[in-house]
This record gives sequence, structure tokens and C-alpha cells, in this order.
Amino acid sequence: MDFSITEEQRQLVETARKFTRERIIPVAQKLDEHGTFPIDICKEGWELGLMNVEIPSEYGGLGLSCLDHVLMMEEINYGCAGIGTTLAGNNLACMPLLLGGSEEQKRHYLGMLTEAPIFAAYACSEPDAGSDVAGMRTTVRKVGDEYVMTGQKRWITNGGYASWYSVFGRIGDPKDRHKGVTCFVVPRDLAGVSVGKKEDKLGQRASNTTDVLFEEVKLTRKNLVGGEGEGFKIAMKTFDRSRPWIAAGATGIMRRALDESRRYALERKAFGQPIAQFQAIQFMLAEMAMKYEATRLLMLKAAWSIGEGRIDAIESSYAKAFGADSAMAVATDAVQIFGGYGYTKEYPVEKLMRDAKLLQIYEGTSQIQRMVIARNLLAQGA
Amino acid sequence: MQIDLSEEQRLLRDTCREFADKELRPNAKKWDREHRFPAEAVKKLFELGLGGVAVPSEWGGAGMDNVSYALAIEEISRGCASTGVTLSVNNSLYCDPIAKYGTDGQKESFLTPYARGEKLGCFGLTEPQAGSDAAEQRTTAVRKGDSYLINGTKNWITNGPVADAIVLFTMTDLSKGTKGITCFVVETKTPGFVRQKADEKLGICASPSCTIFFENMEVPISQRLGQEGDGFKIAMSTLDGGRIGIGAQAIGIGRAAFEEARDYSKIRKTFDIPIFQHQAIQFMLADMATALDAARLLVLRAAWLKDQGKRHTRESSMAKLFASEAANRVADKAVQIHGGMGYSKELDVERHFRDARITEIYEGTSEIQRLVISNLLLK
Amino acid sequence: MFEPSESQRLIRETARNYAQGSLTRIASELDREARFPAAQLGELAELGLMGINVPEAYGGAAAGAVAHALAMKEIAQGCASTAVTMGVNNMVAETICRFGTDAQKKRYVPEITSGRFVAASFALSEAQSGSDAGALRTTARRDGSGFVLNGSKQWITSGDRAGVLIVWARTEQSAAKPAKGISAFLVEGGAKGLHAGRHEDKMGLRASSTVPLTLEDVRVPATALLGNVGDGFRIALSALDGGRIGIASQAIGIASAALEESLQYAKDRRTFGQPIANHQAIRFMLADVATELEAARLLVLRAAAFKEAERPFTREASMAKVFATEKANHACDVAVQIHGGYGYVSEFAAERHYRDVRVTTIYEGTSEVQRFVIAREALK
Repeated sequence: MDFSITEEQRQLVETARKFTRERIIPVAQKLDEHGTFPIDICKEGWELGLMNVEIPSEYGGLGLSCLDHVLMMEEINYGCAGIGTTLAGNNLACMPLLLGGSEEQKRHYLGMLTEAPIFAAYACSEPDAGSDVAGMRTTVRKVGDEYVMTGQKRWITNGGYASWYSVFGRIGDPKDRHKGVTCFVVPRDLAGVSVGKKEDKLGQRASNTTDVLFEEVKLTRKNLVGGEGEGFKIAMKTFDRSRPWIAAGATGIMRRALDESRRYALERKAFGQPIAQFQAIQFMLAEMAMKYEATRLLMLKAAWSIGEGRIDAIESSYAKAFGADSAMAVATDAVQIFGGYGYTKEYPVEKLMRDAKLLQIYEGTSQIQRMVIARNLLAQGA
Repeated sequence: MQIDLSEEQRLLRDTCREFADKELRPNAKKWDREHRFPAEAVKKLFELGLGGVAVPSEWGGAGMDNVSYALAIEEISRGCASTGVTLSVNNSLYCDPIAKYGTDGQKESFLTPYARGEKLGCFGLTEPQAGSDAAEQRTTAVRKGDSYLINGTKNWITNGPVADAIVLFTMTDLSKGTKGITCFVVETKTPGFVRQKADEKLGICASPSCTIFFENMEVPISQRLGQEGDGFKIAMSTLDGGRIGIGAQAIGIGRAAFEEARDYSKIRKTFDIPIFQHQAIQFMLADMATALDAARLLVLRAAWLKDQGKRHTRESSMAKLFASEAANRVADKAVQIHGGMGYSKELDVERHFRDARITEIYEGTSEIQRLVISNLLLK
Repeated sequence: MFEPSESQRLIRETARNYAQGSLTRIASELDREARFPAAQLGELAELGLMGINVPEAYGGAAAGAVAHALAMKEIAQGCASTAVTMGVNNMVAETICRFGTDAQKKRYVPEITSGRFVAASFALSEAQSGSDAGALRTTARRDGSGFVLNGSKQWITSGDRAGVLIVWARTEQSAAKPAKGISAFLVEGGAKGLHAGRHEDKMGLRASSTVPLTLEDVRVPATALLGNVGDGFRIALSALDGGRIGIASQAIGIASAALEESLQYAKDRRTFGQPIANHQAIRFMLADVATELEAARLLVLRAAAFKEAERPFTREASMAKVFATEKANHACDVAVQIHGGYGYVSEFAAERHYRDVRVTTIYEGTSEVQRFVIAREALK
């Protein structure tokens, strides 16, 4: 067993860290305040190869592994989880195509993203079907050889900026639950595709989250990703591969919280000594550090398994659930260590706390992760 | 032993609940978003007698007890946490020490109009380097004839930007530590009282707070509360009461979050059934309800002890510690039960989540409460 | 509002004096030898603690549910095994007073309150029906004017010591409404066909007796029926709501003992040149435990006050039980932690408290059942 990273990985981390320090941290607070989309940062990140990292080289991407990706993402999220989510959006949109798309689809749609700094979005959730993918209501009617899609998608990351969407809709009766769910790749400029309201969020405010509406959108077989009814499987496989990214968001937030808290605890005095001298603070810091390390190990293990082709939903869920819950706890403790200052926008920790909360919700809530874990545990040895 | 409320207590609670439903809940989101002090609503609450709930009627108060006061703050905070703390500061931190330590002359000028709700008070203890640790005060008051010259800085002063007077703590003798602290009551229009811009905060955004500079502010000796060196005692006994208010505020926030989560769990469906039918959700709701009830009992008990004239330092600290931590857990779970909708500013729960956080920090952090409690336990 | 009355205070002081005196001294011996506290129970009866919420006409103290909760906490602080046995005696006496005929009350209740019966039992649980009482299988067949009982019971506190047992059995098989066919009977200790099995070898509460029972053609007259045929489920639920207050009080008693010992130990034990009580890590644990126990105590007193005022108290009792028992477990865990290695050995009481408290989140309705009840009430 070897816990060291390769030279290439070290360079990638270095690049991401430098970019975070110089380009993200100085503007994160302001982007958050105004909910501004980080378009310039994305363009620069694209140039540096911080977007589209998991797209294989034959389609113009870097062809990096999930492990490379999470190492890089931790650095970005250290600066701003909203930007982290934004930069990762394309990878999520691409995943269904990588899993089920035709060669032609991959060349065309993945190629678009690597040729220019543009966006794509993964469109699965709906107002009444979030983590419960099989409950979706977007319908796809078959008309001869063609498909007509109607529905409303919600919580779509980069929804307002995407040039194309990987969209999940239902062919057939909603009673059939997951059986009819089918994936399509849908260009933004097709008639009937429109962007709905933008969410005004508690945290990760630089990330663009919108509704995307599909009204009688005409699609052909060229838009079909995988076969009819294969969408649910594709969505689940996508989650297996994307959940370690959320753990990377968690490690970034936690490391930042820990660094900020450590610095502050050494500076701030109470009762005549730095608060770092109090066991109550020391123990909080120790707890935070342990949670960070444990999340990081779970994340690395899950990402490593994916790279080895041994994709295991339970490992991804361990990393996601433990990471998200830990990040929430760690960011909350950071605010506590800062006291009144932690509650103000003068210091970054209040933002960490707001940003962390989303980790427990998107890509399957912490509750859904427990369901996945329990289901897999109970199936073992049966 | 009987745990029922009196008729009078129940009436006040119901009045506040109705007010919160009608006037606060529909507007709280807007005030939060616009960082707007709800002056109109505060004025109406003052007209209802909530400026000085437990202040004797001869000094303009409602002449009720502290149990009533805690019930009122809970109900108001359930509607709007910012309004809740505005009232809590005026009642507990401003009126209370003047009622307890003020001379009749001081009460006439500085208590009656505030208890009647014609004016608003604030409380100046915290400094940039002295939060929960009051002995680190650096604001000085130097005696000059019949007055004092005050210099220094106070921060996080809730109501600071809109208050008409401040109960202010200073050092008259830096060498004496806590024994050198002296308290004054000063109108904010006094020359040398300089407000800085309002703080930008994670939550309670409709409750304005700010840093205040005191630049050679001259205050006559007649505005000194108690004797020189009495300040620490005044501050600590005031906070014993203030913590009841914050405990009540926390419960109000927690209850708002709980009620919204409960109602949402009946509407929202996953896997074809309303989510309240999932045990994972039911158990969260059960724990939330239990924690809030336990917190309320602790707060009411502390208030009741105060009404009996009994020492309640330990009980107030327990109430504040438990209620504020419970409110945060409850608000967090409420966001979780709402899922994505809980993260959106379209609903109120994300505000409750942000508002709850401060209750673990101000008027003594959770850590300070644990110090207070353990000091008394280990005596 | 939060003040005990004079009579409540008196009961509490009586219980406290006894618990802090002889009971505390013998608790670890009783535990070590797994010895039934027969002598102690007799002394408690003399002090009037075997019918705290029972009318004076039957030898009770008629002091109410709050007094009962206060006494349970005090006795449990001295010895948790004695407390649970006392709690069951009180629960049986109260249940007979509430649902029994004059003749039943006169026959049995004074025996319990006087201590002539060293114990009484509440025989509800079975191997396959614990918190889910509707599923019980023991049968009561009509035979002439009386009934014949057959079946087996599990986890029966004092089952081999009881002068009288309330035994729940099915008088009617109804698949649709299984709870409706259950009735309660008063069976005397030593009845023909009633056999107690081997003592359960328990982790904690080792001085209390817990046995399985078998009923082989146990014949009882019609006058043994408590309430009417089919009332059994209602009687059980009503008794259990009260029982939950008792267990919550017991848990607080055990935890209070653990806290007291933790405080003392923290002052005595030194590390890094000072008492460990000076370390914030220790102080803060103690502060949290004390705060949680206060909150638990208030929840319990509220539930008891509601019961005493004859208001519905199901929700309040469940809140009190789940909160008090879980926080009490936390308190005992902290006590072991603060004691370090000494917390892990029987030389110090912390180890016994840790074992004794564990069952409180399990019996008389697990924490999960309490949460189920609370959520059901909240979602109404």
C-alpha cells in the first residue's frame, strides 16, 4: 500500500493551489455576496486544464483519473466551494455520455467543451423528484422515430450557462418508476428549451443554479444516450463516479476551516492567553483535523477504486456522506472558534458554513447515502 | 408542583403569537434580505407593552414576570429572530440593569421612556479584544470634576445603529481588572458617541449592530449606574437575565424551523409516499420536538427562579447553552428535511438556519456557559 | 411553578435519606452477588414508598405522580436494582387501584404497600412481543365461571418473588384487531401451573430479579379478571405511560450518582500537576452532563405533573423517557471516561452505573418506540 502521490499529481495540485491562492481567494467573498457567476475564473481555469479533466484525451480532454480530479478539486474548494461546483459541472454533464453515449455523441459534445471555454449541465432533479430519481415526471413521447420531451428540471448547476444538457426523462407510465427513465443529450438552442428562474441560495452563491424547462422539445435518435429505459442505470452509475467529488468539496472546506481556525486561535486572546491554550479549543481543532483526515482517506479510496475500475457505490457513499456531515460540523466549529467575528462577513468562516450545508443535500442527501449504504450492506453475503 | 401557565401568561403568549403570525412572519424574509430594521413592527410591539415586560408599571413597564417575558420573546422570535433580539436587548440588557441598580432620577430619565417603548436602548460591554472575557475591557472613563471622559471602542452592539441610549461598561481603574469596571447610562446623541457602519452578518440581518467609538465623550456623574467598580457585578447579573432572553429567542427560531419541517414532511413525497412516513424523517422530527420542549422547560425554570428573586446564574447558563445548541440542531435538520428547497432563499428555513447560529455566540458563547456551569458545579 | 409541594418534598427527603444512607453502601455488594434486595424492599415499604401514588385507604401515601418520580430518582441514585423493583411494585399497586374492583384492591394493594408481598409483577412481555404488546400469544380460555391461562412470559421483573402478578393473555383471537382480544388477570404468586424459569444473567441491574414465566393450565376465578374482558391492551398502555416516567426517573437517578462521582473524582485525581477538574476538556463534559440532566429532570417532572392533573401525557412521557435515558447513558459514559482506567473496574461505582443505565433506553418501550410515539403526536 502506498499513500504517496505521483509527480504528475503533485504538479496538478501545485497548479490548482496557486490558481486558488492567486485568482480565487481574493474574489471569493465578493462573488458570494453578489451571487456572481465566476466566468473569468472559469475561462482561466479552462486554459489551465482545471475543467473537463476527466474527458479522455481522444476527445480533447486531459483524460485524468477520478483520483487526480479529487486531489485538484480539494484545492479549488479550499478557495471557494461555489467555484469548485462550477468547475466540476462539465464533468458531471459528460459522465452520462462517457457511460452510455455513442462515439459520434462523444466526439461532438465532449469536443465542444474542450475546444472552447463553454459549459454543459447535468439535468436530472425536478421540483418533486430530487434524490428520488425514479420519481421524475419529465415525459418523453415517442412519435414515429422521434421523441418529444416536456418537463421541468430544477437545481441545475450551470443551467443558465450551459450549451447542452444531459437530460433524464421518462418514456412510458410514471408507475413504472425507474424502468422508463431515459437519458438524452439536448443542445440548448433547440426549440422549446429555456432557462427558468435562478435560485437564490444560502451558500455556494457563485455557482449558477437554475430551472431548465423543456416544452415539446423534438429529439431524434441522435440525442438518445444509451438505450431507452437505460437512464436510471446511467444516472446511478454517474452518481457512483461523482460522489467522491463532493467529498473533495468537503476536504477543501475542512482544510480551509482548520487553517483559518488554527491561525485565529493562536492570535486571539481571552483570559490573558491565546485561546489556542484552552483545551476546549484544542480539542475542537483536533476533532476538525481528524474529520478532515478521515474524509480524505475515504475520498482517496473511493476515487482510487474508480480508477481501478472497481466501482463500488458503497465506497462513494461513505466518502460523500461522511465528508458532507464532517464538513458541516467542522465549518460550524470554525464559526464557534471565531466567536462574534465568525458570524460576520469580515472573515471567511461564515461562508464556509453556508457552503458546507449544500454538500449534505446535493448529489443525494446524507439520508440517501445512508439508504445506499444500508441497501448494499444488507445485500452483501445474501 | 404545577407547570401550567397563569391566565395572564397565556394571554400574553397568545397575543404575541398572533402578532408574530400576522405582522412578522409574512415580512421577516424581506427585512432579512434588505437588512432593514423593522421599525414599524417594533413600534407596534412596544405599544403592546413589550418594551419592558418585567419592568414595574410605575416605571412604565408592563409589570409582568420574567416567565411572561420569556414566552413573549419565544413567540416574537418564531416570527422574526431579529425583532426578537431587538426586544430582548431593550428588556434584558438595557431596562433590567437600570431597574435594578438605577436611582429614581436615573429611572425617570432612562428607564420609563424605554420601558414604555418610546425609546430604544442598547448594551455596550463587548470590545474587539474582550468578548466573553469582560475583564479585558479597554474603554476608559477618567473622572474630571463632576463628569467622566470616556474613550474606547465597543463592537457588535445590537441595536447600536438605532438606539437612543446605551448601558455602557468602562474601566475606571485598569489596574484592578474586573473590580475596575464601572457602568454608565448614556444617550447616543451625546457628543463623542460615534457610530461606525452597520455590521454585515451571517444571520439576524434585520437586527442592526455596529461598532461604536467613544471619543472624549463627557458623561456627568449622575449617569453612573452604581458605584465605581460595580460594573462587573452589574454586567454579570444583567447577563444572567439576558441569557434567558437569548434562550427564548433560540427556541422561537427552532420552533419556526421545526413547524416548517413538520408541515413540509406532510406535503413532500419521495418513493411515492409523503416523507413523514419514512422513519428517518419521523425520528428527526421526534428529536427536534423533544429538544425544543426540554429547552423551553430550562428557560422557563430560569425565568421563574428570577421571578422568585433566587440566584439563577447556573440555570440561565444551562438554559442558554442547551436552547441555543438545540435550536441549531433543529434548524440544521429542518434544512435537511427540506432538501434543496431548504437551501433556497425562497423559503424561510435557510434564514432560521442562519439566524440560529448567533445564539451560540452572543451573550456568552457556549464555551463561556460551560465555564460558568462547571465553575458552579465544582465549587 | 417549578417548586415541589411540602408533601412532595417530604417524600423526596425520605427517599434521599434512605438512599444516601444504607442503600448506597450496600449497592455494590448487591450487584456483585446478584442478591435480591428483599430486606431493602421491606424497609422501603416501612417508609411508605411502596404505594406513593396509591390512596391511603389501601396503605398508600396518596402523594401523587410527581412524588413518585422524585422518589424513584432518589432510590435509583442509591441502587438502580432496588429502584426498578420498587417501581414495578408501585406500578402494579397503582394499576390495581385504577382498574380493580373493591375486593381486588382490598385483597392485594395493602399487601404490596405494607411489604407483606415483597414484590409484585407486571407480566406483559413475551419472547416475540416486547414493545409491540398487540402481538402477545398467551391465552386465557373460559372454563366454567373462570379462566385457564396458558403460555409463556419473558423479562418479568420480580417474576419469582411476586405475591401477585398482573398477567396479560388473549381471550379472543382476532386477526383484524389483535389488540382487542387481550385481557388482564390477577394471578397470585405460587398459583398451580405458574413456573418461574432461570434468572436472566444480566449485564446490569443484577440485584433485580428477571425471569421467564410459564403458565401451564393456570386456573383463575372470574374475580381475577382486571377490568372487563378485552380491556387488557388499554390497561397495559395506560400503565406503561406512567411506567415510562418511572424509568426516566430511574435513569436520572443513576446518572446523578455518576455525575456526583465524576465531580468528586475530577477534584481528587491529578494529571500534569493539577486536578483534572482544572482541564477544560473535563469541565466542559461535566457542564454538558449537568445541563442535560437538568433538562431531563424538567421533562420528567412535567410529564408527572400532567399525569397528576389527569391530563393526557403520552407525548410528554415519551419525550421524558427517550431524552432522560439517552442523556443518562451519556452521563454514565462520561463518568467512565473521566475515571479513566478506574472507570473500567468494579472498585469504583462508575462501572456499575454504566452497566445499570444501559437497559433504560430499552425496557418499557425502546428509544425507537418513544420516537415513533412522539412523531405520531407531532404529525397529528
